[in-house]
Amino acid sequence: MNVIILSIIVLGIIGIVGAAVLYVVARKFHVQEDPRIDQVEALLPGANCGGCGRSGCRDFAAACVNADTLDGLTCPSSGTEIMKKIGEIVGLAPVAAKPKIAVIKCNGTCDLRPAHARFEGAPSCAVLASLGTGQSACPNGCLGCGDCVEACPWGAMRMNLETGLPEIIEDKCVGCGVCVKACPRAIIELRAKGPRGMRVYVACSNKEKGALAMKECKVACIGCGKCAKNCPHEAITVTSNLAYIDYEKCKLCKKCVDVCPTHAIHAVNFPVKKVEPAQAAPEAKA
Amino acid sequence: MISNMKLHTFKTGGVHPAENKIAAGKPIETMPLPAEVVLPVSQHIGAPAKPIVQKGDHVKRGDRVAEAGGFVSAHIHTPISGTVVKIDTARTPQGMPVEAIYIKSDESDRQADAAAMADNTPKRTDTEIAALGAKEIIDMIKDAGIVGLGGATFPTHVKLMPPPGSKAEVVIINAAECEPCLSCDDMLMRENAAEIVKGVQLLVKAAGVDRGIIAIENNKPEAIAALTAACATAPGIEVMTMQVKYPQGGEKQLIEAVIGKEVPSGALPIATGAIVQNVATAYAVYRAVYHNEPILDRVLTLHNGTEGKNLRVSLGTMLSTLVDGDDYEKIIIGGPMMGRTASTLDTPMIKGTSGILLDKRYAHRRPAEACIKCGACVNACPMGLEPFLISTLSRLKQWDEAEQEKIANCIECGSCSYICPASRPLLDYIRVGKAKVMAAMRARAAAAKS
Repeated sequence: MNVIILSIIVLGIIGIVGAAVLYVVARKFHVQEDPRIDQVEALLPGANCGGCGRSGCRDFAAACVNADTLDGLTCPSSGTEIMKKIGEIVGLAPVAAKPKIAVIKCNGTCDLRPAHARFEGAPSCAVLASLGTGQSACPNGCLGCGDCVEACPWGAMRMNLETGLPEIIEDKCVGCGVCVKACPRAIIELRAKGPRGMRVYVACSNKEKGALAMKECKVACIGCGKCAKNCPHEAITVTSNLAYIDYEKCKLCKKCVDVCPTHAIHAVNFPVKKVEPAQAAPEAKA
Repeated sequence: MISNMKLHTFKTGGVHPAENKIAAGKPIETMPLPAEVVLPVSQHIGAPAKPIVQKGDHVKRGDRVAEAGGFVSAHIHTPISGTVVKIDTARTPQGMPVEAIYIKSDESDRQADAAAMADNTPKRTDTEIAALGAKEIIDMIKDAGIVGLGGATFPTHVKLMPPPGSKAEVVIINAAECEPCLSCDDMLMRENAAEIVKGVQLLVKAAGVDRGIIAIENNKPEAIAALTAACATAPGIEVMTMQVKYPQGGEKQLIEAVIGKEVPSGALPIATGAIVQNVATAYAVYRAVYHNEPILDRVLTLHNGTEGKNLRVSLGTMLSTLVDGDDYEKIIIGGPMMGRTASTLDTPMIKGTSGILLDKRYAHRRPAEACIKCGACVNACPMGLEPFLISTLSRLKQWDEAEQEKIANCIECGSCSYICPASRPLLDYIRVGKAKVMAAMRARAAAAKS
């Protein structure tokens, strides 16, 4: 009995002394922080994705509080509503940034590109890239190991096991750019989401010459330049055998999509036009 | 066979993979000259060479088509006569796009080449060669564009000129050929022992030493016998029989095995006074000095799991022309331990290509399982590292910690991946981390300099 009481007393004294020390230290070394940082941080998603260019959500909150203007300070994963609220807290007007989304510039599915080699090492794109190898002969295409899917903090990507390519789940993608950094072959790009999600982009990263690119993948951009010639808005440039559509200049006219001989240019989220068979025939002839 | 107790080998780690040298004993077949060659300007470690020909130029067999692009670099020569079709990018067997010179021959070129190759008498006499000094031999090696033919492709003339403050004492000829499946060096030694010994004598003279040791693993008794006989008339050159153990042919392991000195961490192998050269390099040196011929071809082993052959192939030959059909699903360029999986055979042969392995079944890995912390990789590592640890650090992108664990000392021999009972791809991750850490170290060194 005695032992139990003694231990309670001893432990109690240690506890009180510890509490006193902690109290004194906490008072002495107290850091006065702007309370608005906590308020802003509470509004942020807390995924620390780094999409804003800061090292985490708290860093972004501190930057917002200390900033003179909110220009360039946008949390890509929060909507305009949240940015408005943050603006109210820090007393600045939020600057609307165009929403962005990640697109995968490769369409070389398993059927479309002949695979010769089988790599059985670590299933990681970084490893494959370090060896300069891949399942197919395309030196720029998707390696298909899903480093991007693993890196995505929003669960906005998944591997399509049929095509062997990653897919972006549009509702979940916030355009933070973590996948862009994770891809060793730089095939993921952040592009403007576009009105009602309509986008036109070149779904290929192959920089080889036309004939070689065709051999490696049936849907490769062969750098023929037809799209650039047909673009009325001068939005398309062809550098090192690869077309690139500037999303700032693109007016979504889809002329390039129709002329591309390898169907490497993709247009997504456009409303499906109902075309009568009688009308479609003369169009095809022309 | 001599008891293993007496044989030399290295102390730390090592593994014994199944040899599978089924091409051993198959005579070297010389492939006919290709009608077209693609010569990448980067066939060696160091700065890429600079092309000195232009589209439309006519070149003769043995002509230099690209000049060394720096101190650590090597010249490139064409193995066929013909016309330069274009200078364009090509991919090396490592998958890296580099500038390359495309040369195509016509009928008259082929006749001229056949006539040139029929004359196989040495261009220099023994007395002329005896009068050569070290500097002259090194210049000849440099002019011939010779690089280490074991696979690392370090320019040979650079290795023969030790940096100030270090002095060479012995030349070690790496004839271990510890990679399973490959037998190109073995067959070269059996067929060209006398020429190799002459090449070794030249290397010994060029390095300014008086001792050359040819280190061979004792699974090649015919090669040992042939070289021992050839060494009888060569003072200072000896054959040393080694115990069979992988990676005996690693430069640092070989130095330790032969002269018993360990290369300090971060130092060059010359710190031990040893210069290591591959046996195929010694043969190339013989050709360069005696026949005045630059390096135009090399021997490689073609192995498809059930049969193998040794081929002497001109540099720049497309690898796909050496293989019949496309009945394979895996391509490894090099040996099974250190070779790299390639995605296509549409790449030209370069100086470092020592083998092509093709197969459906061979070397398939079991699925990776969780690490059971058995420590087999630690015991197997010839560099005394902890592969399980640096592999995990590298997978988790903890580069600083990986550097502290000496990831940069890894020689990428693959012993850890080979021995792992859980079949974990340790080396794959280590390779990524090593590249990152080495790049960071170089960046720091460059920043400290400026």
